[in-house]
Amino acid sequence: MALLEAVHVTKRFGGLTAVSRMDFVLDDGQIVSIIGPNGAGKTTFFNSLTGIYRPEEGEIHFDGKSLVGLRSDQIAARGIARTFQNIRLFGSMTVIENILVGMHTRLRQGMVHALSRSRSFLREEEQAKVKARELMGFAGLSGVGDELAHNLPYGLQRRVEIARALAAQPRLLLLDEPTAGMNPNETDEAVSLFRRVRDELGVTLLLIEHDMRVVMGISERITVMDYGEVIAEGLPAEIRGNPRVVEAYLGRGIADQVAA
Amino acid sequence: MKTPSRLTRSIRDLQVRLTHGPAAYALAIVWMAIGLTLVYLSPRSLVAFLIFISSALLIYYLKLSNRAKLSLAILIAVVLLPIIGIRNIFYLEVAFQISVFAALALGLNIVVGFAGLLDLGYVAFYAVGAYLWAFFGSQQPSLLHAVPGTAPPGAYFLLPANMFYLFVILGLVVGALTGIVLGLPVLRLRGDYLAIVTLGFGEVIRVLANNLDKPLNLTNGPQGITPIQRPTLPAPLLDAVRVVLTPIVGRRVTDSEFYNLFFYFAALVVIVIVITVARRLDDSKIGRAWTAIREDEVAAIAMGVPLVRMKLYAFAAGASFAGAMGVLFAASRTFVSPESFSFMQSIGVLSMVILGGIGSIPGVIVGAAVVIILNLQVLQGLSLFLSELRQSDAVIPIINFAWKDLSNQLDPARYQRMLFGIILVVMMIYRPAGLIPAARRKSELTKEDFVEPLEANGQVKNGSA
Repeated sequence: MALLEAVHVTKRFGGLTAVSRMDFVLDDGQIVSIIGPNGAGKTTFFNSLTGIYRPEEGEIHFDGKSLVGLRSDQIAARGIARTFQNIRLFGSMTVIENILVGMHTRLRQGMVHALSRSRSFLREEEQAKVKARELMGFAGLSGVGDELAHNLPYGLQRRVEIARALAAQPRLLLLDEPTAGMNPNETDEAVSLFRRVRDELGVTLLLIEHDMRVVMGISERITVMDYGEVIAEGLPAEIRGNPRVVEAYLGRGIADQVAA
Repeated sequence: MKTPSRLTRSIRDLQVRLTHGPAAYALAIVWMAIGLTLVYLSPRSLVAFLIFISSALLIYYLKLSNRAKLSLAILIAVVLLPIIGIRNIFYLEVAFQISVFAALALGLNIVVGFAGLLDLGYVAFYAVGAYLWAFFGSQQPSLLHAVPGTAPPGAYFLLPANMFYLFVILGLVVGALTGIVLGLPVLRLRGDYLAIVTLGFGEVIRVLANNLDKPLNLTNGPQGITPIQRPTLPAPLLDAVRVVLTPIVGRRVTDSEFYNLFFYFAALVVIVIVITVARRLDDSKIGRAWTAIREDEVAAIAMGVPLVRMKLYAFAAGASFAGAMGVLFAASRTFVSPESFSFMQSIGVLSMVILGGIGSIPGVIVGAAVVIILNLQVLQGLSLFLSELRQSDAVIPIINFAWKDLSNQLDPARYQRMLFGIILVVMMIYRPAGLIPAARRKSELTKEDFVEPLEANGQVKNGSA
């Protein structure tokens, strides 16, 4: 069953078409990667999915309902969470507070309850903190809950971002270059965390990734973008041998020379 | 490794001993008693008052139990300060101004400190509240068709004076509504743009107040509205308070002094309410959303935080308290005019927030106190001192300079703004987070296994000494 379906999505910046008539289908429970050279439109596609950009054309359906025209926070409430290419934590908040912000859409108690400190408010806050600690345990963050996010080492900050996104109880998690800047060790740990997110929490994963070891190791399907268009789509083995993908990565000039 | 010298070590040791345990309690009480005695002996001495008022700050910094801190603070604010104020009415004015501006600064702190929305026109909401009661609590409704500045016969008060209490609540509501009406179109803007628009809004309100004397005389223009009614104080209460106060003060307390006391306490009540509301909101998903928005709007919205609604909450909460304080201000002064709501007032409140510590509740109160005391007392005191010197025959010995020849231009009170600027610049360099920086709440560790590093140090030092 298709969890996410994008049809003819187009996003332009002035004369530049960053994403051009992109079709994309994502099945429930899959781990899928989008790869492509720099400037191919991968992050723009993510931003179009999460409502940060509004695509000029096209339809996006999530769980059978259209997402076009919704604000980012409404899309998050529908069940799409994300991380960012350059980590965007709330730096001067503690780790646990970062995660609690992720739960914003799942907490029911509003202003009146907060002001009156009603019993239901206190109970919900307590439960939220318990859940946050569980998530910290899940993401390997136990013991750093009261640290300010910007004081953490880079690898842990990535984990906090994932824990914060998971706090929103998403059905789909978008990871934008989640292993960028990590050493091989950290990368391996991150990959096993991604697997557990899918296997234990049942969250569908969509990654943008440059590290081919990660992409080939974890992806069940791969979509390749170049110049805002999908140039290939398929199983990892199919993608590896696809000449258009090689061309996109090595450059047309070189590919021509190789051909000649 | 550098070992600290014996002197610095013993100083530090002394510091730890004095600020922890029973010695801290003794220190707090002794300091307060000294300040109180000094003020009692010389009611006009600035130094005495500063020593007394600094005991409040000292209590904040000492390691006392929260209950002890609270009761000492209440003792100072509710009992001692009013008594001192009745003996020297100027101190009561200082205390009243501090409480009014502390309430305003706390309200602005919700907008600027918590949600990170730079509001340069905060005083506009204060003006809305003030003019609300100024209009309905004066004879203005019966003067709608009168020429501004004239008082035709037959003017009457539309509402009884005690409607004031209702209007404090109304001020809250109208302030919040004004905040929402302004916020709706404006809060889509970010950072600098928001600051410019709020600045403009602040000026618009002031100019409206200045010009709404034609075609209908709503605000009486630049002359302002007066008299504005004050609520009547219940006579039995007055008598009771008089019985207590007369022996302490040594004379009969006048009605106008009672009004000063009344408004001081009213402002204190508003402060307590603002603090409660601010803390409760801050420790909920709304407060966390505000901090998240301040830190990174894009990340916040991607996490499901509805930006505009959360910003509106902050704007409305801040504006509502300004509105209520405006009603209080109008009644306490019995006079409002557009002058009281100038751009410099907004900047003044903002500088209290920045000076004290953006986002920090105790910091903002201290900021308000420092600014007001500096303005009303220290600079004025220096001016007075200089002008006395000028009138005397004193001469600076070596350079043979007669104080008489000192130019009038060198009057410290005239350099208020410049001094402020310097203080703010120095603060931004050496203490950018303010006098008492905001702290994040600790919540992962439970109370039992939570050991504050400073306390742990103190224990080790005490043990080894």
